[in-house]
Amino acid sequence: MSVSDFQPVIGLEVHAQLLTRSKIFCGCSTEFGAPPNAHTCAVCLGMPGVLPVLNEKVVEYAVRVGRALECRINPVSIWARKNYFYPDLPKGYQISQYDQPLCEHGVLEIDTEDGPRRVRIRRIHLEEDAGKNVHDAGGGESLVDLNRSGVPLVEIVSEPDIRSSTEAAEYLKALRDVLVYLGVNDGNLEEGSFRCDANVSVMRKGSSQYGQRVELKNINSFRFVQKAIDYEIGRQVELIESGGKVAQETRLFDAVRGETRSMRSKEEAHDYRYFPEPDLPPLRIPEGYVERIERALPELPRARLHRFTASYGLPAYDAKILVGDRALADLFEKVQSAYGGPAKKLANWFTGELLRLLKEENAELGALRFSPEQFAGLLKMVDAGELSNNAGKDVFAEMFRSGRPPGDIARERGLVQVQDSGAVEAAVDAVLAANPGEVEKYRAGKKQVFGFLVGQVMKAMKGKGNPALVNAALKAKLGD
Amino acid sequence: MELTELSMLALGEKLGSGEASSVEAVRASLDRIERLDGKVKAFLHVDRAGALVQAEAADRRRKDGRRAGPLDGVPVGLKDLFLTEGLPTTAGSRILEGFIAPYDGTVVKLLRAAGTPILGKLNMDEFAMGSSTENSAYFPTRNPWNLETSPGGSSGGSAAAVAARMVYGALGTDTGGSIRQPAALTGTVGLKPTYGRVSRFGVVAFASSLDQVGPMTRNVRDCAALLQAIAVPDPCDSTSAPLKAPDYLAEIEAGVKGMRLGLPREYLELPGMDAEVRAAVEGATRALERLGATLVPVSLPHTRYALATYYLVAPAEASSNLARYDGVRYGLRAGDVKNLLAMYGRTRDQGFGLEVKRRIMLGTYALSAGYYDAYYLKAQKVRTLIKQDFVEAFRSVDAVLAPTSPTPAFRIGEKVSDPLAMYLNDVFTLPCNLAGLPGLSLPCGFTRAGLPIGLQILGRPWDEARVLRIARAFEREHDFDRRSPPLGAG
Amino acid sequence: MSLTLEEVRHVAGLARLSLSAEEEALMRTQLSAILDAVAELSRVDTSKVEPTSHAAGEVPPWRSDEVRPSFPPEKALGNAPGKVGTSFAVPKIIE
Repeated sequence: MSVSDFQPVIGLEVHAQLLTRSKIFCGCSTEFGAPPNAHTCAVCLGMPGVLPVLNEKVVEYAVRVGRALECRINPVSIWARKNYFYPDLPKGYQISQYDQPLCEHGVLEIDTEDGPRRVRIRRIHLEEDAGKNVHDAGGGESLVDLNRSGVPLVEIVSEPDIRSSTEAAEYLKALRDVLVYLGVNDGNLEEGSFRCDANVSVMRKGSSQYGQRVELKNINSFRFVQKAIDYEIGRQVELIESGGKVAQETRLFDAVRGETRSMRSKEEAHDYRYFPEPDLPPLRIPEGYVERIERALPELPRARLHRFTASYGLPAYDAKILVGDRALADLFEKVQSAYGGPAKKLANWFTGELLRLLKEENAELGALRFSPEQFAGLLKMVDAGELSNNAGKDVFAEMFRSGRPPGDIARERGLVQVQDSGAVEAAVDAVLAANPGEVEKYRAGKKQVFGFLVGQVMKAMKGKGNPALVNAALKAKLGD
Repeated sequence: MELTELSMLALGEKLGSGEASSVEAVRASLDRIERLDGKVKAFLHVDRAGALVQAEAADRRRKDGRRAGPLDGVPVGLKDLFLTEGLPTTAGSRILEGFIAPYDGTVVKLLRAAGTPILGKLNMDEFAMGSSTENSAYFPTRNPWNLETSPGGSSGGSAAAVAARMVYGALGTDTGGSIRQPAALTGTVGLKPTYGRVSRFGVVAFASSLDQVGPMTRNVRDCAALLQAIAVPDPCDSTSAPLKAPDYLAEIEAGVKGMRLGLPREYLELPGMDAEVRAAVEGATRALERLGATLVPVSLPHTRYALATYYLVAPAEASSNLARYDGVRYGLRAGDVKNLLAMYGRTRDQGFGLEVKRRIMLGTYALSAGYYDAYYLKAQKVRTLIKQDFVEAFRSVDAVLAPTSPTPAFRIGEKVSDPLAMYLNDVFTLPCNLAGLPGLSLPCGFTRAGLPIGLQILGRPWDEARVLRIARAFEREHDFDRRSPPLGAG
Repeated sequence: MSLTLEEVRHVAGLARLSLSAEEEALMRTQLSAILDAVAELSRVDTSKVEPTSHAAGEVPPWRSDEVRPSFPPEKALGNAPGKVGTSFAVPKIIE
């Protein structure tokens, strides 16, 4: 018996912060990185007498997510209190949704080695985030920062449709890409705005009986997702094979040791005593609201990826890079539409020069100084032989920094290649006349001399010779 | 006449005409507080300096011809669960001893805008849990009509302060009767508005779906005027209805001719009703009949389940609302604790009194796994039936009449160790909270021993104006609003 | 009695109340009596009734997504029983 005799069954729960300006139930800023408790008020501090008031943007973003994942949006959903004590939970309860969540029964299609797989989404609901506890190594105390308390979250729960750790990572990446595309989340696992818990169990292949599932927490990178799940699968299989039983528990992933460890088992398993939140009326979605949001949904990453490979004929590698950033893909399509030439050529410029310059100049796609039409124009000049590839790169860099038209830059710098065959021929004639020895060597069979002669012609033309023309003219005159 | 003998509106008029100043009014109240509160013990905190500053501002506004309204300059008191920025707010508990409110609740803001100087914070049963003010962690308040007796609760301090003329008017809160019952026991007027009429933002929460803020005054017109000042929709409270309040004084003298007033059969069958209370209330209903109303027997068949329903719903919500008192961010924190769990447990055990602990336990149990359906959910369903009883009754009547409290003021110490006996004080007032209806109590008689008896008037949702009108019709035919407790020395 | 001592302790644990032995015994007696009293609700036929989860009739609109001023640190921490810098400080959580 070995791991391969077992089938892993995995369900994933993602908590994603929504990129609203203010918190879900109060007007404090959601901005990350402020000093402790700088973004708090009576409401998110859980002071006596406070009450929650719902942020309309939270609903809008959640419905976007729900429809992007093909969920049914419940016209009425209920807020619930989830009661437990922890220092980062100021009211002693979290406002969440339990019975009757906002969204249900959706699907996210992912690409696996075995082809596309549909992972069903069981539910999506809204809730408020808790603050942060930091264990103060020095004083033996815990420090509590409530800046994060009240930041809006969507919790996205999948059905246990995932069958391997690779699929799990694929699902998470795909889900993250969707949320980033929708503009509702920044996809940052390390900073904690996109968190994942996994429910993992194993069953004997061919059996119809599901195994006991274990919850894995504290998975904060895509790499760790696979490691944690693989470790856990191995652990469960070993346990079962040695005659043991998998316990229902929550385990933490220890990234340093690469293993999962049981959290201290609590005598009272969590009894959250859920009940409908009396301070908030049921969440009613107005007529036409969902349709309006649907109409404004962007093309989602996976569909866009397929279109980029199918319609533009781009290799998957290039397409993935372009589609990975919605603004980048948008720009690509604009430039391509003005350019009309081979998309692969444009893609090379994007994955090469553009990305390099963005990084070097620490610039943003939203603040580009040049227009898509100018970019297209530059490429046309290179295609037409007016600029060499290298000259084109120089012009692009200048255009990137200054926003000036590429034609102006090229002419100013004297980069426009000489297309005039007469001038080329004259230069070739001059070089051949000045280098009779090399000509002899070439004609005698030493073909490598050709490169030297090309170099001389280019030098004579001050680098502005159109290389194709120079080559052709030299060959013709050398009698090849 | 002593300034402190004036009603809110009467004082307001004198302030408006310049016959008196707000500073004088505040000083008169402060004097009276100093003379009487040693015996009555209505106040947890008196804000002499603050009240005088606010009074001076009111007087300046008057001089400049920009009075804020009819109550500008009229001093009031607040039950100590209203958050008042810069002042202590204890909710009658040790767990908030020393807590200084960092913000003003909405209703407090509205009163400041109306110009009423705030004399101080008034005693209450801890976290509003109680019917006698004996559950205050600090001391019990005494009924000005007989200092050996309770003024009722949980807004006992507010009621006593109004009855003893230490304040001109006060705000209380009512979750199961906590405005109406003390009003009845102290011979004052108290109104619980329709749920959602007045903002709860800045009010220490007990039971979120039942709590309401309301006025406690010496007479019905004052009650209307004070309600007017606070009946404003609040964007900070998602349960606050976006409805504009009518002018509560506009129709208040229009009388009860042609009105149909319901007498619920089941209320007269409730156990423990004192014979004098029954007689006074029956007399009051006949008085209203003489004034032109028709008395109509109605049935509210689920009345007998109101107590059980309330004592599951309210503690359940309270157990959750009180979880925030954990020693982390404010309030009491137990000392000498080795870890977090011990800190939670000891803080809450030390900081909460017995009744509060009892209700937290009851509520936690009612919500816990395996019991939620049978207790909390079941109670919320029965609550719907209780609401429906009223909907049905209001098809044939415009308002419902009832006693407020089954007994007059009882001796301090008499009921406090028997929780169930204490809970029975609220049998007539609870259904109104469960149904979210407006309810008012006003004095309708006295026992032979000289203790006040209250008549309760319940109205349709949002129909406070009619409830006030019925109360006023009764009040002006009698002199109960002019009777004062014999506190001696003025 | 409806409640056992174990149940009382369990509920006290959920509610984070460190009851003394006397309090536990008192709670057991008093809560049992109350639970007996409320048991009569089970006799009410609620098969066709929805629970009143929300008391409010009319409902106010949602809030717009605008940042509003937060508390300055003095207000946020003004009543804090323990603090380090602008963080709340609590005894360590043993886990």
